[in-house]
Amino acid sequence: MAEAHPVGFQWVMEAKKRGAKVFHVDPRFTRTSALADTYLPIRAGTDIALLGGVVRYILDNELDFREYVLAYTNAATIVSEKFADTEDLDGLFSGYNPETGSYDHASWQYEGQEGNTTVRGTGKERDSASGLEHESHGEPVPAQTRRDETLRHPRCVYQILKRHFARYTPEMVARVCGIPEEKFLELARAWTENSGRERTGALVYSVGWTQHSVGVQYIRTGSIIQTLLGNMGRPGGGILALRGHASIQGSTDIPTLFNLLPGYLPMPHHADHPTFDKWVDSIRHPGQKGFWGNSRAFAASLLKAYWGDAATPENDFGYGWLPRMTGDHGTYQQVLNMIDGKVKGYFLLGQNPAVGSAHGRAQRLGMANLDWLVVRDLFLIESATFWKNSPEIATGEIVPEECRTEVFFLPAASHVEKEGTFTQTQRMLQWREKAVNPPGDARSELWFFYHLGRVLREKLAASTKPRDRALLDLAWDYPTHGAHAEPSAEAVLREINGFDVATGRPLNAFAEAKDDGSTAIGCWIYTGVYADGVNQAARRKSRHEQDWVAAEWGWAWPANRRTLYNRASADPEGRPWSERKKYVWWDPDAGEWTGYDVPDFEKTKPPSYRPPEDASGPAALAGDDPFVMQGDGKAWLYAPSGVLDGPMPTHYEPAESPMRNPLYGQQANPTRKIYEHPINRINPSPPEPHSEVFPYVFTVSRLTEHHTAGGMSRTVPRLAELQPEMFVEVSPELAAEVGLAHLGWAHLISGRAVIEARVLVTDRLTPLRVDGRIIHQVWLPYHFGSEGLVTGDSANDLFGITLDPNVLIQESKVGTCDIRSGRRPTGPALLDLVGDYQRRAGMPPDRKVPIVTTDVLGGENAAGSTDEQTPEAAARDGEDHA
Amino acid sequence: MPDANSLYGPLDPAPDAGWEAAPPRMGFFTDTSVCIGCKACEVACKEWNGVPDSGFDLLGMSYDNTGALTANSWRHVAFIEQPRPAGHRTPPFAGDPTGPAAGSPASAAVGAGTATDTGTNPGLPPGRPESAARMSTGPEFLGMPGAQPPGRGAGAESRSDFRWLMMSDVCKHCTHAACLDVCPTGSLFRTEFGTVVVQEDICNGCGYCISACPYGVIDQRKDDGRAWKCTLCYDRLGAGMTPACAQACPTESIQYGPLDELRDRAAQRVATLHERGVPEARLYGHDPTDGVGGDGAFFLLLDEPEVYGLPPDPVVTTRDLPQMWKRAGLAALAMAAATVAAFVGGSS
Repeated sequence: MAEAHPVGFQWVMEAKKRGAKVFHVDPRFTRTSALADTYLPIRAGTDIALLGGVVRYILDNELDFREYVLAYTNAATIVSEKFADTEDLDGLFSGYNPETGSYDHASWQYEGQEGNTTVRGTGKERDSASGLEHESHGEPVPAQTRRDETLRHPRCVYQILKRHFARYTPEMVARVCGIPEEKFLELARAWTENSGRERTGALVYSVGWTQHSVGVQYIRTGSIIQTLLGNMGRPGGGILALRGHASIQGSTDIPTLFNLLPGYLPMPHHADHPTFDKWVDSIRHPGQKGFWGNSRAFAASLLKAYWGDAATPENDFGYGWLPRMTGDHGTYQQVLNMIDGKVKGYFLLGQNPAVGSAHGRAQRLGMANLDWLVVRDLFLIESATFWKNSPEIATGEIVPEECRTEVFFLPAASHVEKEGTFTQTQRMLQWREKAVNPPGDARSELWFFYHLGRVLREKLAASTKPRDRALLDLAWDYPTHGAHAEPSAEAVLREINGFDVATGRPLNAFAEAKDDGSTAIGCWIYTGVYADGVNQAARRKSRHEQDWVAAEWGWAWPANRRTLYNRASADPEGRPWSERKKYVWWDPDAGEWTGYDVPDFEKTKPPSYRPPEDASGPAALAGDDPFVMQGDGKAWLYAPSGVLDGPMPTHYEPAESPMRNPLYGQQANPTRKIYEHPINRINPSPPEPHSEVFPYVFTVSRLTEHHTAGGMSRTVPRLAELQPEMFVEVSPELAAEVGLAHLGWAHLISGRAVIEARVLVTDRLTPLRVDGRIIHQVWLPYHFGSEGLVTGDSANDLFGITLDPNVLIQESKVGTCDIRSGRRPTGPALLDLVGDYQRRAGMPPDRKVPIVTTDVLGGENAAGSTDEQTPEAAARDGEDHA
Repeated sequence: MPDANSLYGPLDPAPDAGWEAAPPRMGFFTDTSVCIGCKACEVACKEWNGVPDSGFDLLGMSYDNTGALTANSWRHVAFIEQPRPAGHRTPPFAGDPTGPAAGSPASAAVGAGTATDTGTNPGLPPGRPESAARMSTGPEFLGMPGAQPPGRGAGAESRSDFRWLMMSDVCKHCTHAACLDVCPTGSLFRTEFGTVVVQEDICNGCGYCISACPYGVIDQRKDDGRAWKCTLCYDRLGAGMTPACAQACPTESIQYGPLDELRDRAAQRVATLHERGVPEARLYGHDPTDGVGGDGAFFLLLDEPEVYGLPPDPVVTTRDLPQMWKRAGLAALAMAAATVAAFVGGSS
């Protein structure tokens, strides 16, 4: 955190000053470790084993916050007797279909609800990253469930959880993660001792947790711990994602994702959502508890914002014009489609995939096979110059004179050169003013898209084709100002907030949303940011002039609520759990919820309220159901559906690992998304043969001195000089083993690429003792590329493409490689070296990656099938993208 | 001990320099125990003061690629990797299958080499491999990692303790600033805030100040010949603003304020750290009775000053100047007397 979020880290230092103990878990000793009280080196990709160890420690020692767990979680809920655990199936849950590599969730349901699930085939869910929708939806579960408040029923969630995590002992944590037992226990003790009635703990994570083939389950394990310890919905608690850029939260809320629309409304699927009604019902799940019951109004208001007067109840508010998903349109599928010639044009805005995305070579070769490419950035980045300056020029895979892609580079305005909002990890929007005019032709994104839309509409104005109605009927009327006709960002914010169509009055709360077309809302969860016609995000009242919750600084969605589910900060009767952790409570005299924050609960629903049996939507929530967006109003220790790779987290090895999974027969996530494409060779892992060809684990991350793919730092002398060269950090032990010298050169080889780097031999890296073996890990910064003041090979070139099944995020925090002393070869010799490794490791272009580990299903396919091809053939097929 | 005078001993420098009704003396307290090594101070300083880059060299001295305070780097964050316990903390590598630490004379020498011209004069101290090697064998490990195979390096057979020290160094703005004392043009002057500033339009590039500085801070820019160093953001101070580095520091490692207040705060911080099991915390440059009369920019360190590249007992190089001039004067008088005597003698 000190390394990548130094400004945020000041609050950790503040906590330290007040006596907090800081633990840091990381494969390498970083600037954060330097300030931590305890540093735990870990084998990259094994966090579920570590966190699972903490879950077991809590359950075994009964350290959970029992009253909280009983009242507010699904611990007591009874699960179907058809459910079978990874304990029973050697690493698989019940319902696994080896044909599709996905699960049928029917057997995971609560008792009596097995037939009740409305989920689509999960293979299709995976392709459309539907898991991401459930980030805020909750999956369909019925309001009323069978419970055992004594937690003794063998099939209650509490007991299932206990059995599932029984094998995550401190010894097992040491065996899997390489963390000595005493250190693990130090961590577990500190975490549990700091949680309960009087104390809370927050969990802060970043892409070190998410960029894995089991990334979502990492976060799930964290949530289970936080829920067991009563750290959710309470001050000082929670799980917070530290974002990699200023408004990543904002770009999920109003998404730049293929499968979501603003406010987490799902992008419709052509087969499943043929009509507006079907689409809306798939969101609100008629009969379910919770606030998604109103989603028809949110959906109608969104379409009304898009198409204005043309959106009417009669034409389903223009639902027919909305684009549909047909499958996986994720960025990695797109890149492979580009290579295969299926994509003609591409827009890149503030993104540098040639350096920043996994498998850089695939990214560059894909972009080199387009008709046109538009790059908007502050500097001329690698993704705009790959056709004349990339590693593939030297190898002859891209020939500048012959590269067919026409690249349009448009200079972009930086964040200080335009106005708008940032949404940060607390879901808080903060308005920023423009400080200076952008230089030269640089323009804001808002300017670019507004005028692009304007010009397209002008060009199509005479069109009579029905397909052009979607564009021509858009409400595309924003006031502009200045010499360059810059659209008003505040007008956009006003539309995002929503307004009454008849009067133009800005809405104050999303409860005002109507499903009859009388309201238009750009993003329903943001309603209130322009309440009373005032830009609430621009509020800057000092913390010294208000209480510690600081509700008048910026604006947080939903409804300016700073802590979600804060009903859980009071006990079931509505009293604060403790004076020290008082936050939101029931005032019996006034007959309403009150407190420091905006209560995340119906204001006047008393704690004693019990819904009638046939209730649905918000009315079905009892007075002690704090998790109001969940189908049963409870926090889920066990997810009966919604998480595609299992109702509970399970440790699987990374897609590329030098180790056999010590916990189960199943080696890696059996539902991970793979792309079998000749360019995407995945290094073999045990029990497949030849994994020893890539004996070392590598991981990549950021340096404080650089920003992501380097476009904003390698181009700036005062930043570039601080970390001027690509380097690899190795432990003294590995340096001795491989013969690497400090400040000398090394090259690293994976099944995709060879890169070179200067060597930093440092005590900050350590070998680990894992399952009786010594595992060496190396670390690389991923900031370098071929443009800018300082250049170097890109670490992300080493990665292959394997994705998490829930959200399609790539596993780009761990992989296997070999490391050798000296510089890498250049030109065709470089391809020969990669080809040689592919041949030795048994990685022909048509290799089938064993999704299910052979010894689990007792099958004969999967492992070992790769070394049948002759080495010559493999070498010949090694590179087919010249 | 020489006599206290305006070249030595405790005093308030601004009034001594002739400022009437001078504001309180301002300075920096740099608390290295909370430094996270983000280098925001280096960048903010260069941005505000228009300092050019100092070359794109990978130095291999942990994460320090700045090397030293130079004419082109007025803040310098040092990174020191040490196989030593850090206060009360749990040893980071306890239980791991480690060999001995990486530091060795040979690897330190490699780490000290820089390939290209740094554009400053006298350039970067780490450009001298032999001295780096010599230092690494001394009592203090200087944080140059290396590739000595396990079993052959110096130090313990297996490393478990480790700490990573970070420290943002800067001009000390001495009470007795030798650079100022020797400046023949008056380019260097004492401000009303008690700080020491070079006026770039007056500096003639004679370079006397460079050899006078007991800390090796002030430095000549090769392409223009003039001397440059931290001004403690004199232009910002006059406007009531905080210097750029302190403003940018996210963890309040660099604190700016009236020196008296900072000294009180620093003493409290040391006491707190001692209470919390960090006995190695100590102050550097805070003492008005030290060889430079106390620094306007002083530090809380977690090890001996040498470990951070600071002189353990700096003395203002002009301390003995009155004595020397006195002696020189006496000698001149004696010479004159002898000459006169010779003539007088000759004529008699």
